[in-house]
Amino acid sequence: MSQAPKQKYETVIGLEVHLQLDTATKIFCGCANKFGEAPNTLTCPVCLGLPGSLPVVNEKALEYAIKVGLALNCTINPFVKFDRKNYFYPDCPKAYQISQYDFPICRQGYLMIETAEGEPKKVRINRAHLEEDAGKLIHDDAHNCSLVDYNRTGTPLMEIVTEPDLRSADEAYRYLQDLKLTLSYLGVSDCDMEKGSLRCDANISIRPMGEQKLGTKTELKNMNSFKAVKAGLEHEIGRHFAMLESGQSIVQETRLWDEARGRTFTMRSKEEAHDYRYFPEPDLVPLMLDNITVEKVKASLPELPMQKRERLMQRYQLAAYDANILVQDPVLAALFEQCAARYADTKKICNWINGPLMKELNERKTPAATIGLTAENLADLIKRVDEGVLSNLAGKDVLTFMIDTGQSVDTIIKEKGLAQVSDDSALEKIVAEILQEHQDIADQIRAGKESAVGFLVGQAMRKTQGKANPKKIGEIIKKTLSQ
Amino acid sequence: MELHALTAHELLGLIQEKKIAPKEILDAVRERIQTIDKDVKAYIRLNESRPDPGPCPIPIGIKDNMCMVDQETTCGSHILEGFKAPYDATVIDKLKRSGAMLIGNTNMDEFAMGSSTENSFFGATRNPWGLDRVPGGSSGGSAAAVAADEAIWAIGSDTGGSIRQPASFCGVVGLKPTYGRVSRYGLIAFASSLDQIGPIAKDVTDCALLLNIIAGYDNLDSTSVDLPVPDYTKALKKDVKGLKIGIPKEYFVEGLDPQVKDAVRAAVKVLEDKGARFEDVSLPHTEYGIATYYIIATSEASSNLARYDGVQYGIRELAQKVRKSPLLDMYDETRDIGFGPEVKRRIMLGTYSLSSGYYDAYYLKGLKVRTLIKNDFDKLFKDFDALIGPTSPTTAFKIGDRVNDPLSMYLSDIYTVSANLSGIPALSVPCGFSKEKLPIGLQIMAKPFDEEMLFRIAYAYEQSAQWHKQKPKL
Amino acid sequence: MISEKDVKHVASLARIHLKDQEIGRLTKDLEKILDYIHKLNTLDVSGVQPTGHVLPLKNVYRKDAVRPSLAQQEVLKMSVEQQDGFFKVPKVIE
Repeated sequence: MSQAPKQKYETVIGLEVHLQLDTATKIFCGCANKFGEAPNTLTCPVCLGLPGSLPVVNEKALEYAIKVGLALNCTINPFVKFDRKNYFYPDCPKAYQISQYDFPICRQGYLMIETAEGEPKKVRINRAHLEEDAGKLIHDDAHNCSLVDYNRTGTPLMEIVTEPDLRSADEAYRYLQDLKLTLSYLGVSDCDMEKGSLRCDANISIRPMGEQKLGTKTELKNMNSFKAVKAGLEHEIGRHFAMLESGQSIVQETRLWDEARGRTFTMRSKEEAHDYRYFPEPDLVPLMLDNITVEKVKASLPELPMQKRERLMQRYQLAAYDANILVQDPVLAALFEQCAARYADTKKICNWINGPLMKELNERKTPAATIGLTAENLADLIKRVDEGVLSNLAGKDVLTFMIDTGQSVDTIIKEKGLAQVSDDSALEKIVAEILQEHQDIADQIRAGKESAVGFLVGQAMRKTQGKANPKKIGEIIKKTLSQ
Repeated sequence: MELHALTAHELLGLIQEKKIAPKEILDAVRERIQTIDKDVKAYIRLNESRPDPGPCPIPIGIKDNMCMVDQETTCGSHILEGFKAPYDATVIDKLKRSGAMLIGNTNMDEFAMGSSTENSFFGATRNPWGLDRVPGGSSGGSAAAVAADEAIWAIGSDTGGSIRQPASFCGVVGLKPTYGRVSRYGLIAFASSLDQIGPIAKDVTDCALLLNIIAGYDNLDSTSVDLPVPDYTKALKKDVKGLKIGIPKEYFVEGLDPQVKDAVRAAVKVLEDKGARFEDVSLPHTEYGIATYYIIATSEASSNLARYDGVQYGIRELAQKVRKSPLLDMYDETRDIGFGPEVKRRIMLGTYSLSSGYYDAYYLKGLKVRTLIKNDFDKLFKDFDALIGPTSPTTAFKIGDRVNDPLSMYLSDIYTVSANLSGIPALSVPCGFSKEKLPIGLQIMAKPFDEEMLFRIAYAYEQSAQWHKQKPKL
Repeated sequence: MISEKDVKHVASLARIHLKDQEIGRLTKDLEKILDYIHKLNTLDVSGVQPTGHVLPLKNVYRKDAVRPSLAQQEVLKMSVEQQDGFFKVPKVIE
């Protein structure tokens, strides 16, 4: 697609996120809320929708929903009720889903995100409500049948619906990232799109720049990762552009993202007519969420990513970029603050965490929460490097060892003999050796090529397995060659 | 006297005096069923097992809409044939714990939709007082079983009169408790906001004894109420002197059989003589009861019965030739073949009234009129201890008389639906016979959770009138 | 009033395959019943709150505590058809 039409049109996207809540049990019964068990082993009369069974609301699911609402700056409705959404589908055992229609738990909130240009942007939340998840359907083409597993039926699900405030696939992606981060702070969901604990549908339309009226929208489903959301939306926006540019009109429909082929296609409709016949669920009584209830949940809210970011920047004079990296993982942010309490150079601490430590974590493919690195050990390590006891390089080795063993920096230095060599006579001996081995480079330096000093320093470090003090080595090289 | 003809309290007395063994009661009732159920057809299926008798070994018939572990429960419908629940309804659990003998599933109108028990997939039940007559419905099997001594007790469910009207037609005592008094967990729903399980018994004492067993809060039913359960038999000892009872004038209008009217008036006289004070009162929205009831009940039913689609349990019917898709055809065929005409009619009516564009005019309007009807009662119960009137406008009608006229069938619930719409408890107690020797029922209504008032008045009346001593000739 | 077309639409929402003669009869029945129900239109309900629940119950919850689930074989015992631990249904075409 060309650039020109892109500037002619404005993209309008609204997202609907379905979020599975991490309660111990399902929303309306005591079956365990677990993923990956053998089919139909986590069911009971209630979640199977057997005749005569009745739902009872899980108070934890409600608490989590209020938490999410508050974190998204929503108003918590003082009067909440459940409704039945009627439709036939084999994964919906009662042939209705218990959901919320006109009195959802949360309405009118927002999430602040940062655009690609670094500008803050408010994405408004229209509503967020609680409902039950459906079962899982597997299509068995070999036997020309479908198979149903009801383990997932009744998993507490929150639907979070934005206003059509997003203006690009990238903004949608950023919204999802920030939403996921906020939710992970709350500890209410693992937000794993691959497992389906976070699912995202999008409404997309485009309109000529300056136009107020929304264009015809399509609904896009089946995007199973954050990247897929971005790719699917980009493709669908492109399709809209191309259609309008070629004088065709958009058909309002539901489309599916085909990840493998990188395109969207029309979904065959589940039913001929969608008329969900919502009505109040007579088996559940209304919920009156008074101030005391809401305030109690509010008091239990942790510091949220945006608040944490601001605080880190102010209190520790961190750059926005550094603070942003730290808040991505509350465990690392906490480690940072604990280190900062022991050692004043917060910039250095931040660099160590965002640099070598992150690298270690990525290589190990393990979350920060699972390694046994204490703030005390990390702060001491940074101190020793700054004092010149350890070289930077040796410091990184110590970090690896520290993560593996949980030992203190001084123990490791002693055991491994890693203390930096700063003794002049020892260093002069090494420099002499290096100059002997690299006479050509030495000549270049003598001729005025100062930049070649670094190479020789590197050779010295290698020779001493990182134990040499590089600053001193450089000085000695320069001194020797100028004589 | 034959044991099957006795009441529960008489039998419990005999057991306590060690004059009989529990086993003898069960044998007597089973023999009675063997002898006469071919005529009455009160049961759909019998439970052949012999559980160990507990402290209260009374044989009891269970309406076929309550789940019992590993026992077939079909709601009188073809669509649930073969369905065995993997769990016990709370009421069943309570009965089993009490030691009651669950002897079989009694017949009912399919999914409790009907007032005659003719809408059962398993055939009609007959009224023990006239085998050409209906027993009423939908708990017709339960009421007929008790009337014919084929059970000492029975459990029914009442959505718009389904306990009280058959109790009235069969000359037994039937109670619809306050909504929330008895757990609905395991009761196969017809209309969730109206359904309530209740006892059917040979006399008022037995009715109170049975409510003692089944009443109470249940944390599996969000609509059950956490209030203590009194010993209802204690209420029987209180007299009616000084009670203020209202007689709603709307219950004595055109359509009321004069014989029923006379019997009810005579009953009022009996209670007056015992010191109760009567006053004519008005329930001005009575005439809107049936219309309101049919909107709300069918709307809820259309959703409650959607799960019978051939996916999980019950029957499954596949299309001979694919019309839409194998799955959609399975839904359509299963539900076409599985449901009888009355159930289909009500599902259609309910689906229509909830459908896009009609919700406000039907369902929402129904809920608003329900408020008006409830307000009528709330207002009266500020001044009155109870209300009294006929249970049904007529005595038992002939089998086949109303099956082709759904509306006239619906209108036979005119005096009973209001109690469901407003949630109040209501009881039907025999108050005489027509000249054809068909029983007539007196309906007593009280404020929510005042079942004791119903027992008190009904017992006082029963002790004077003694109608309960009469038995049908079978 | 309700037409045969309405009845067919409602039947498709309710997922009941009605035979032609049934549609005619049901249309007549429903017409008669709806006509009766329309007596509610003579009532003024403006300003009246709907009653969904007759009891003033609110905030009924249960604790987030696990209760045992049914065993797989117990669940599948009810099934019309099963395969490999799943309920089996005719192929769903999306």
